[in-house]
Amino acid sequence: MADLSTNFAGGIRCPNPFWLASGPPANCGDQVMRAFDAGWGGAVWKTIGDPIVNVSSRYSSVDLNGTRMMGLNNIELISDRPIETNLREIAEVKKRYPRHAVIASLMVESKREVWHDMVKRAEDAGSDGLELNFGCPHGMSERGMGSAVGQVPEYACMITEWVKEAARTPVLVKLTPNITDIRTVARAAKRGGADGLSAINTINSITGIDLDTLTPRPDVGGKSSHGGYCGPAVKPIALHMIQQIAADAQVGLPISAIGGVAGWRDAAEFILLGAGTVQACTAPMHYGFRIVEDMIDGLSNWMDSKGYKTLDDFRGLSIPRVTDWQHLDLNFKIVARIDEDKCIGCQLCYAACWDGAHQCIHVDGFSKPEEAVAATRALLVRTPTTQAVSHAVPPKRVPKVDEHECVGCNLCWLVCPVEDCITMARIDNGLAPQSWAQRTAARTS
Amino acid sequence: MSGFAELHPPFTPQAAVVEANRCLYCYDAPCTGACPTHIDVPRFIKQIAGANLNGAAQTILASNVLGLSCSRVCPVDVLCEGACVMHNLNKKPIEIGRLQRRAMDHFYESGGRLPQGAPSGKKVACIGAGPASLACAAELRRNGCAVTIFDKKPLAGGLNTYGVAQYKFTPEDSRKEVELLRAAGVEFRNGAEIGGNVNLNDRDFDAVFIGVGLGPTQPLGVPGENMPGVHNAIDFIAAYKTATPLPMGSRVVVIGGGNTAIDAAVAARRLGAADVTMIYRRTEADMSAFAFEYQHARHEGVQFRFQARPSAITGNGKVEAVECGADLRLPCDTVIVSIGQSKAVEAIAAANGIALEKGRVVAKPETGQTSNPKYFAGGDCVNGGREVVDAVAEGKRAAKGILAWLT
Repeated sequence: MADLSTNFAGGIRCPNPFWLASGPPANCGDQVMRAFDAGWGGAVWKTIGDPIVNVSSRYSSVDLNGTRMMGLNNIELISDRPIETNLREIAEVKKRYPRHAVIASLMVESKREVWHDMVKRAEDAGSDGLELNFGCPHGMSERGMGSAVGQVPEYACMITEWVKEAARTPVLVKLTPNITDIRTVARAAKRGGADGLSAINTINSITGIDLDTLTPRPDVGGKSSHGGYCGPAVKPIALHMIQQIAADAQVGLPISAIGGVAGWRDAAEFILLGAGTVQACTAPMHYGFRIVEDMIDGLSNWMDSKGYKTLDDFRGLSIPRVTDWQHLDLNFKIVARIDEDKCIGCQLCYAACWDGAHQCIHVDGFSKPEEAVAATRALLVRTPTTQAVSHAVPPKRVPKVDEHECVGCNLCWLVCPVEDCITMARIDNGLAPQSWAQRTAARTS
Repeated sequence: MSGFAELHPPFTPQAAVVEANRCLYCYDAPCTGACPTHIDVPRFIKQIAGANLNGAAQTILASNVLGLSCSRVCPVDVLCEGACVMHNLNKKPIEIGRLQRRAMDHFYESGGRLPQGAPSGKKVACIGAGPASLACAAELRRNGCAVTIFDKKPLAGGLNTYGVAQYKFTPEDSRKEVELLRAAGVEFRNGAEIGGNVNLNDRDFDAVFIGVGLGPTQPLGVPGENMPGVHNAIDFIAAYKTATPLPMGSRVVVIGGGNTAIDAAVAARRLGAADVTMIYRRTEADMSAFAFEYQHARHEGVQFRFQARPSAITGNGKVEAVECGADLRLPCDTVIVSIGQSKAVEAIAAANGIALEKGRVVAKPETGQTSNPKYFAGGDCVNGGREVVDAVAEGKRAAKGILAWLT
């Protein structure tokens, strides 16, 4: 079985790379210990600072086609429990679970001595590392903390420097995605001496509006406020930002990846883009701590099947496969092919190609989709009731691709509900690879 | 009425959304093609998924004004759901019938109305108040015609009220559809038998639609069939649905092999008969009942005897047995005969010069127009007895034929 043990950011050790992200699942010692019992390798404590007062309600979500919580939004603030309570429980957890990682997430007033004091207390409690919450986009930012720090590189650098003056354990800076270029703050954290980065924090959002009350969700007495968005919906954005900071030569820091991690595949993808650990919050909020079981099992099995013995064996392998568009091969050509035996005749590819792409999928006998529909309707003057229904797909319902016109956009393949019915086939056009950069260079020379 | 729990209970709201979201939203969808009324199925299912139930209902009603009854009584396995592409994915077809019911139940619960066209000044009479006439009338009202429906029965709705098995559709639900049309301005004259207690002067109308359905069950033609304890299936079903059940013993023999015979046999079981046997003169494979109806009847405990042709009904003043030749004698207390209905249009046809063929009205399939151009027809009296949805399709097509003929 593959070795999932992890040593992150210069000294944070844990049995596997799966951490609870700072949030409701890591609010108290009892939760964190139960999570460790379930299999989680580490936990970033719910952000500690001067206790706040929360509102109710606090969460809202986006459902997609009946699937609950594709995206989750919250307006909850940092821990509402006294600092000393959190620290006492951290000490207890570390005493009972010495092999697991406990990281204290911190957010205090932007004063040097306040940060020095907070760092010292957290480390004295036994935390294995510190995560500076420069990312929380709601509520705390109005008080000059959270993303108010993370959106100004100079502030982020300065506070990181203060923390590093006092810290003895690795310092992670948690980045906000609510900024034009996340790399500017990543570089600032590096300049400030950070040992690692956590990204991404939640994305500013309004998840939806109740069409009866006209109040956005979550509803707090008839009003709402923008919140932080997370869950499966944000994963593509997080993958992109992880890739950006992982590939940036000026950053070069270990990354704890956050954003829609709900299973082992998500973890593998983040690690392929350079992540050292992954953090999850929405998934354990949705399904409970037990979801980590298959994160561990699935990742191990995949690593075994690929011959990877440790996480380092595949970490970052996909980074070089992301490049600027100008370096992509303009002469690489693929076309869609429809397997007539697998086609179920839904004609989703037909409608998609005509209305959403490049009009190169056809149904025999018709020059456009509206003609096919009109012909069907015209046939229906009399419909015999039949007892023997054949489930065979009438050949005329199987669309055909005009390969000369097909631009290889993938849309038909994406909409097809049948596995391996539409495939994108490589066409050998005999042309040597040439990128846009090469082509324009050739023109100007 | 107890003992008649629904065969297909309604979806809960959330289950309907989950099911609606399974629909692939096929282009030029096979389900729409397989529906005789061509309901835009993907469209209404998308509307259910998007929480636009009134929109879904109007989509259904635009093609099929009896969307509620059809959602309950249609043989969906051989129509829309039979055509669903999910079969080719080895998945359960989308439950189109139950989704349609979800939209229609919501429509009626929320007091929905039909859109009406501006008055055209045209007047049309419909004879018979069954599905064909109702569909014809709805389409005509949508286009501004004044419509009067004449029917000899006390309640409108035809077989939807009197003839559909109770565990599929109740007279109360049938009444909702009639009231929808009444609210849309259709005039109903019940207890009015054309050629009987009422004479129709067709000069009072611009066109006439004939949707009288079929006549009573044909006689068996064997000794003893008029004995007390012998009923015909149509009367038997109508009685338990709209009045009081006809007297019935614990041992029942149903004669016939069609869907109506099945309905009667299942009803007899649900009404409490301990022993119900259907006898059919030919083989299992020859039965005109749908395969799923046959299976359903078996689940309900109905026994079957094939290749058994009744030769006599015997008894001493009341039914005691059905005899099929010398070899087979089935002791029983009640016999229900369901061997096809006779035709009922002879008088109207003869009075108005309308051509018949084998007792059926001859009508053009595209327009429903008969050999007397002012008269149009549809439903069982034309097709010889098919599904409710076929009658709706024919009534609607006839309305379009009438509208085209009147302009």
